[in-house]
Amino acid sequence: MNRYVWLALVALGLLAPFAVYPVFMMKLLCFALFAAAFNLLLGYTGLLSFGHAAFFGGAAYVTGHLVKNLGLTPELGILGGTLFAGLLGYLVGSLAIRRQGIYFAMVTLALAQIVYFLALKLPFTGGEDGLQGIPRGLLFGLIDLNRHVTVGSTPLPLSLYYFTFALFCLGFWVIYRAIHSPFGQVLKAIRENEPRARSLGYKVERFKLIAFVLSSALAGMAGAMKCLIFQLASLTDVSWHTSGEVVLMTLLGGVGTVLGPSAGAFTVVTLQSQLTMVGPWITVIIGGIFVVCVLVFRRGFVGELGRLLRRSL
Amino acid sequence: MLAENPAADCILETKRLSKEFKGFAAVSDLNLQVQRGHIHALIGPNGAGKTTVFNLLTKFLTPTTGTILFNGIDITREQPADIALRGVIRSFQISAVFPGLTPLENVRVALQRATNTSYQFWKSDRCLRQLDDRAMALLESVGLAAFSGAVTGELAYGRKRALEIATTLALEPKLLLLDEPTQGMGAEDVDRITALVKQASAGRTILMVEHNLKVVETLADRITVLQRGAILAEGSYAEVSQDPQVMEAYMGSAHA
Repeated sequence: MNRYVWLALVALGLLAPFAVYPVFMMKLLCFALFAAAFNLLLGYTGLLSFGHAAFFGGAAYVTGHLVKNLGLTPELGILGGTLFAGLLGYLVGSLAIRRQGIYFAMVTLALAQIVYFLALKLPFTGGEDGLQGIPRGLLFGLIDLNRHVTVGSTPLPLSLYYFTFALFCLGFWVIYRAIHSPFGQVLKAIRENEPRARSLGYKVERFKLIAFVLSSALAGMAGAMKCLIFQLASLTDVSWHTSGEVVLMTLLGGVGTVLGPSAGAFTVVTLQSQLTMVGPWITVIIGGIFVVCVLVFRRGFVGELGRLLRRSL
Repeated sequence: MLAENPAADCILETKRLSKEFKGFAAVSDLNLQVQRGHIHALIGPNGAGKTTVFNLLTKFLTPTTGTILFNGIDITREQPADIALRGVIRSFQISAVFPGLTPLENVRVALQRATNTSYQFWKSDRCLRQLDDRAMALLESVGLAAFSGAVTGELAYGRKRALEIATTLALEPKLLLLDEPTQGMGAEDVDRITALVKQASAGRTILMVEHNLKVVETLADRITVLQRGAILAEGSYAEVSQDPQVMEAYMGSAHA
């Protein structure tokens, strides 16, 4: 994609906290990264994981524990959460990639439910309440992530925002690079025709596993970021609803497009926050929108836009 | 049935190869020898076990008993990707292309395998552009140069098969296994694919399953006729087509 489009997007990201409520913007970034990581698997490898909340939420708990109970600095907490999610991804992936299609999805769901159970029962997780009051701490022991800068009359948590934005860019760049790498090219071949890729001499399982680990580690990074922003790791983060939501976000925005999942995440999270006043009807409304989108824009809205512009977005 | 000259140079050999599906013997006691440099055709009526043999040889099925030797090495227990690395490359009955990639990318994925960059997710795919010239040359050789940037899924059937051959040749296979290369094609495409197979056979061995006996007659140096999972007859086209058993199996359809 065009260099100027990227620069414009980065500029928008840098200016966003002055226009949008920063905590909300950070939430958008977390889910955008989560969906982009998920898309690496669904969109570029053709694997539908139905247990990605385990990596997102699992990392949130680990980061929360490291920062709150062991007193690590936030960057180490996030690193720990990300590594944990990658390791968990290795275990789940090794088992799940032996099966295909719906069975793959079911294995990931079942293993994610085990993680949910552990999050409920393990001593350090806070059970039903989750981990609360997680301190944001000092980044590298120097920068106070709680520091607010007053612009006009509103105090803005700029250090936390830019830290989040930098991590988002890093994660997004890793995904972008992986998609547009020699490795990514083989992933696409596997997605397009697995037996053929195998007969060309590619060890398909190994590629799938690496993609799975990358995807889960980055999903974990998104969860770890969310844990510091909301100072909370909760059962919602590991629940299967979250696993389902990320599928929804990715499909809405456009599976197999670079920007689609993030756009989908922005849409879903914005709708959720704008529609809170309608109460439980929100599920019906989002469900309706989803059905309409799937029927009308089968490639997701970024996918359809890319088709109109005849370029891959 | 033995080859005329037991000392002949065999690239692929099966010994007492059998495959049973729940008691039904799809292939039984098959001793097949493919000589290096030959175009060897595997023919037989429907349900004779040709595709099963093919899937056994390419490791997409595991034999119940028996061994498969490639260049004298036992490959019976190897995985499909392993034998591909040894230079045994297969095609599929239905066209095996990557529909969402361009024809150029299709061929490049095959060329990429030898570069040892395939696990490098941190590198830009710009490094693959150095393969573009070779990919284009291969597309050119099958008459697809004009379509290098098209949507593969939208190509005509015969072109997809030609692309598949170009992709396969990119791996520089020693032994090419073609599963019904002309199946479902119009006469014009059949001639083109026949010429391509002939062209591809230079310097390598080809084992093909083929229904179209005209193609077999044109191409094959040696023919094995299968019936009910066993060898019915073997030899050149002239020999096989005169064989009374074969004539009976084909009910006179074999130009007899």
